[in-house]
Order: sequence, then structure tokens, then C-alpha cells
Amino acid sequence: MIPFDFDYYRPATVQEAVSLYARLDREGKRPLYWSGGTEIATFARWNRIYTEAVIDLKAVPECRALTVGDREMTFGSALSLSEIHDSGAFPLLGETGGGIADRTSRNKITLGGNVCSRMIYKEAVLPLLLADSDVLVAGASGVRRVPIGRLFDRSMRIGRGEFLVQFVMDAGYRTMPYASVKKRKASAIEYPIVTVAALATGSGIRFAFSGLCDFPFRSAEMERILNRRELPAGERIRQAAARLPAPVIGDIKASAEYRKWVWTITTEDVLKALEPQA
Amino acid sequence: MKLELNVNGEVRHADVRPAELLLDVLRENFGLTGAKPGCRNGDCGACTVTVDGWPMKSCLMLAVEAAGKAVQTVEGLGGTPEQTAFVEKFAFQCGYCTPGFIMNVHALRRIHPQADEAAVRDWLQSNICRCSGYEEIREAVECVLRSRPPADNEP
Repeated sequence: MIPFDFDYYRPATVQEAVSLYARLDREGKRPLYWSGGTEIATFARWNRIYTEAVIDLKAVPECRALTVGDREMTFGSALSLSEIHDSGAFPLLGETGGGIADRTSRNKITLGGNVCSRMIYKEAVLPLLLADSDVLVAGASGVRRVPIGRLFDRSMRIGRGEFLVQFVMDAGYRTMPYASVKKRKASAIEYPIVTVAALATGSGIRFAFSGLCDFPFRSAEMERILNRRELPAGERIRQAAARLPAPVIGDIKASAEYRKWVWTITTEDVLKALEPQA
Repeated sequence: MKLELNVNGEVRHADVRPAELLLDVLRENFGLTGAKPGCRNGDCGACTVTVDGWPMKSCLMLAVEAAGKAVQTVEGLGGTPEQTAFVEKFAFQCGYCTPGFIMNVHALRRIHPQADEAAVRDWLQSNICRCSGYEEIREAVECVLRSRPPADNEP
């Protein structure tokens, strides 16, 4: 059970949600936006999070949107990972999200919840970074549209009282060749040693990684090196490894040295698979 | 707060804390003990019920989130092909995980009646059998998926 009480709100509009947050925050309720809520429920049980009010976003229609148009596709932040996977709308996103937790949990875990997770992995953000998504962020001054590259730096940099409404990206990305490889230590369901997601575009292969450092990332500098076809793949990866944005993590699942080796061979496999298609 | 839930086709009422989990309300308030508390952490699947037809771990869901939706527990099934197959294939030992498995398979058969082996494996990895009776469970699932699609009047 959750060892403390909180009030539950289920607003029907973006504006209502934002206003509720502002009021509850003023009242000192330490409100939290609730999407799938799996992480909040879990952390609450462990006494690692506290709130006196949760604001469930699942009744806000914009947060539940899933559209694929000729130019753009849109994914609401409160779509479950299973809904996105089963829709087939953006296979790279569906498959990468499909590697998170287990199927039943993914019926509850949402896209917005995963990318705003307090855990270090946030694997659902990888395809969003690769597809240069825009993020619609709701706040007191309305809804703003921001390129994800300006919003996501180790975690989502949104203001107090703001929440993610939708992710919007060019529909062309849905048919581009891709790879999404999650390497785990032992079982089929666990956090990654490393996850490599890649998208072969007309201008080269884009890469994003989770599990390697203590945050997910896409690095333009590493991407430039990895696309230098005049060099052997192994040399490119060696040079890219020297440009990692932070130390490789070592933990009970994998030492830093082993993790880096798994990342090296996985990235090489992905390069070999996608390079002929880029 | 006053909570009204549709559980197994019946409207039920409870006076609960908004922070109460669906698993606890089903068991403590409604006496429906088919959903089992296992890990209480979303890992084991013993507490699986369906909500609007989707399998959900009731230890990860607030009871209030289920308001306005159709909740189904193993008590609401009443002799489905999944239950028969689990008996016929001896797909249980201690039986503690069985309701969770059955609810998951029941949902799988309705949502993906043509599920291939990869989909079956993906779905069933959500549930853990501490007796490790996985082979018999796999046989039961295979048997029920190959038998027939769900009828419209099945629970």
C-alpha cells in the first residue's frame, strides 16, 4: 500500500490541469502529474516520493492523441507503450518502447511517464531524439512547441507546473530503416546494460544510447565520427568512445569495461546492418 | 472518497483513500481474493486483472483510476477455455500465480486471437510462476489459442 494520503484529480483539459497544479502548489500540496503512475506508485511505496495531490492526465484528449498524417505524426504523452507498439505507427518507437519492463506493465507505462522517469534509462526518449521530435509542453502561459534537442539534456528540462502534452515529428521517419537493440545481463525483462537505437536517414545514420552513461543521449559529435565511412567501423567506434559525454557506468549488472565492450560490439552490429541502407 | 467500480459486471461501492491500490480494494473491500498480492512491485503478475479488456497489474493501479471502466477478476470468468486448459494441462502447482496467468491469457486471446509464438512469449513474460511450471503453462496457452477465438458472449 501507499503509506500516505493524497487527493486525486482527473482534469479534462490542458488548461484545467495547469490551473489545478498552480492552485495545489500554492496550497503546499506538492502536486505531481500522474500519467501511467507506475513509477510514482512504486516510489511512493518505498517512501522515495511524497505528494498530497496527483493530477491524472489520462482524461486530457490531447495527451491521448495518436495521429499519422502526410507530414507529421503525433503521439500523446499519456499513450501507453503497448498502444504505441500495437499501433505500428512508428516502428522504431514501438519497438524501443516494447523493450521496457514487461508487456502487462507496458499497458500502464506511458510515453510521457517513461521519458520523465527518475530512472536513468528513459529508453522511449531515444527514438524521439533520433526523429528530431518537437515536444508540446503545457504551462501557465499556454502550450509551447520546443525541439526535443533544446528540452532534453540528460532529463526533460521543463518548468515547475509544466507537463508534456505531445511529441510531434516528421512522418517520413516512420518508414526509414532503423535498429533498436537492448542488451541485458540475463533475463528478458530487466534494465539494459546498453540500448542502442539508430535511424538510417538520407544524410547518415543517427544514434542514441541508453544505459551506457547515467542518462540517455544522442551526440552530434559521436554521430559525425560514426558516419565517417572512410574509416573502418572499429576505428570509428573507438574514436566515438573517446567523445562520450560522461563516464561509462559500472554497476552490479556490468562493470564499466564490460558495458563499454557490449556497447562497442552492438554499435558495430548496428553500423553493419544499417550502413548499406543509409 | 466514495468510489464506484464496475467489477465483473456488477456495480460496487467503497469508501476508500484515493491512494488505495486496486489490488487492495478488490481484496479488502470487495472480498475478491483471486488477484494475489505477490511482489506488490509490478514484477510478478500474480495480481493481474483486466481493465477494459487490457491486462493490468492491480498493484500498480490506483482503484480510482479504474472508475468508469470494466474491471474483471478471475472470479468473473466462470469456466472460460483458459481455465479448462490450465486444468487439463496441469498448468499449475501451488496455484498462486494461476489467476494472474489466466487473466493475462484471457486478455491475449481476446485482443490477439491470432497471436504468434513471439507475441505469446512477450505477453507471458509478465507473469512469474514460482513453481516454474512454465512448460505446462505454455501447453495450456497453446491449446487454448489454437482451439477457437473468443465468442462474443464470453465473459
